[in-house]
Amino acid sequence: MPDNPQVVLKITDLVKSFDSTKVLKGINLTVGHREVTVIIGPSGCGKSTLLRCLNGLEPIDSGQIELNGQLITAPGTNWSAIRQKIGMVFQNYELFPHLNVIDNILLGPVKVQGRPRQEAIIDAQSWLDRVGLKDRALSFPRQLSGGQKQRVAIVRALCMSPQIMLFDEVTASLDPEMVREVLDVMLNLAKGGLTMLIVTHEMAFARAVADRIIFMDDGHIVETAQPEAFFNNPETERARRFLNIFQFQELERRRA
Amino acid sequence: MFMKAAWLTVSLAFWGLILSLIIGFFCALVRFWRWPVVARLAGIYIELARNTPLMIQLFFLYYGLPRVGLLLEGRTCAIVGLAFLGGGYMAEAFRGGFSAISRSQIEAGLSIGLRRFQLLRYVIFPQAVAVALPAITATAIFLIKETSVFSIVALPDLMYVAKDLLKEGHNNESNLLLVLSYLLIILPVSLFFGRLEKRVRFAGFGD
Ligand SMILES: Nc1ncnc2c1ncn2[C@@H]1O[C@H](COP(=O)(O)OP(=O)(O)O)[C@@H](O)[C@H]1O
Ligand SMILES: [Mg+2]
Repeated sequence: MPDNPQVVLKITDLVKSFDSTKVLKGINLTVGHREVTVIIGPSGCGKSTLLRCLNGLEPIDSGQIELNGQLITAPGTNWSAIRQKIGMVFQNYELFPHLNVIDNILLGPVKVQGRPRQEAIIDAQSWLDRVGLKDRALSFPRQLSGGQKQRVAIVRALCMSPQIMLFDEVTASLDPEMVREVLDVMLNLAKGGLTMLIVTHEMAFARAVADRIIFMDDGHIVETAQPEAFFNNPETERARRFLNIFQFQELERRRA
Repeated sequence: MFMKAAWLTVSLAFWGLILSLIIGFFCALVRFWRWPVVARLAGIYIELARNTPLMIQLFFLYYGLPRVGLLLEGRTCAIVGLAFLGGGYMAEAFRGGFSAISRSQIEAGLSIGLRRFQLLRYVIFPQAVAVALPAITATAIFLIKETSVFSIVALPDLMYVAKDLLKEGHNNESNLLLVLSYLLIILPVSLFFGRLEKRVRFAGFGD
């Protein structure tokens, strides 16, 4: 529950289309300081696009996005400065394959933020330690498992000291036995009070980590609810159908 | 005589190669960034460079340009000619490297706040070069071999001296010497790039 009313992210009437297809059809969403918001919804409903609009990877058609009260959708936005405050973790890790773990992590803090290398190394090393990758600083991405890569990617974003972190289905490409190690890291971050906006298909995780569930369908936010309420008794028919289909698919997957 | 000629060939090839790499890189870069007019021009240049023989290019520089009052000495012609030809081929080699960088790698770089030049310097360039290196090596060797037509701009390079010797009747020796010299020039280049490839491959890919 957001015990602090301070607003980190405020999205107003956000509309986004690709060519002539509207993908986000007027999104309104506010994320408070230290709040963990989980977005769920069927594939193709616009979850990734929403996250990508927030850090300017996709231009928007109309609407407003404010980060800590600063309007970031105005023309002439310095996206480099904004992106330093918004951490993003991708489904496929996207570590830089030619750099080892520590250089992957240091690129942002040292080259973009101009922090002293030694200081940044101490910071990076302490994060690596916390996510269980203490002695992996000199490994190259190709020497790591998927779960390890994703934890490095999370640390890479964290070391920029962002004000909010965006996670886009970060366990979707992982082998089942590695999903846990990544989700555990995220649960710990949530406990530590990090402001997060998470897209996931891991329902048990969503339930455990979320302060609030956002259910999206077809470019709209259809339902906003507390996790218990949402999973036990969703308000809308669409959410109910989604959860049913999803549970059925989960069962199928377990049986397979 | 032969040593001097070999040295001339090496130095012409060296400068021609350096310039080719620079021209090729920038042509590939502006096309990668899709800079409106410049990318178009680069495209036209690349086609032109790759589809005309070096000999014709040299003829134009050495015999054509003086007609419009631009007199270039043989060495300059040779280097400019090689750079013109090589720039086109190197551009294609680099293009292969650039096109191997995925959209999502670029987005990962942008997401940590990298600015355009930083993105190029730290994310795109190292990966593109690693991918392009085999093609760059092949092009470099091809260009060195192309230097054998320099003698038409009256430069006393290897080919020129060998031809002289042939005229004087030193058939077998000079032929052998010619082949050996080119081999001696190309071999170190080939080895150098080969080692570079191994290094960047180790540091690079296969995740
Ligand atoms: N770059 C793009 N160009 C065109 N259409 C796109 C692009 N990216 C996403 N879309 C479309 O937008 C819709 C929403 O996609 P996305 O945000 O990735 O959904 P989700 O993450 O919820 O699965 C989908 O119909 C998808 O096909
Ligand atoms: Mg998605």
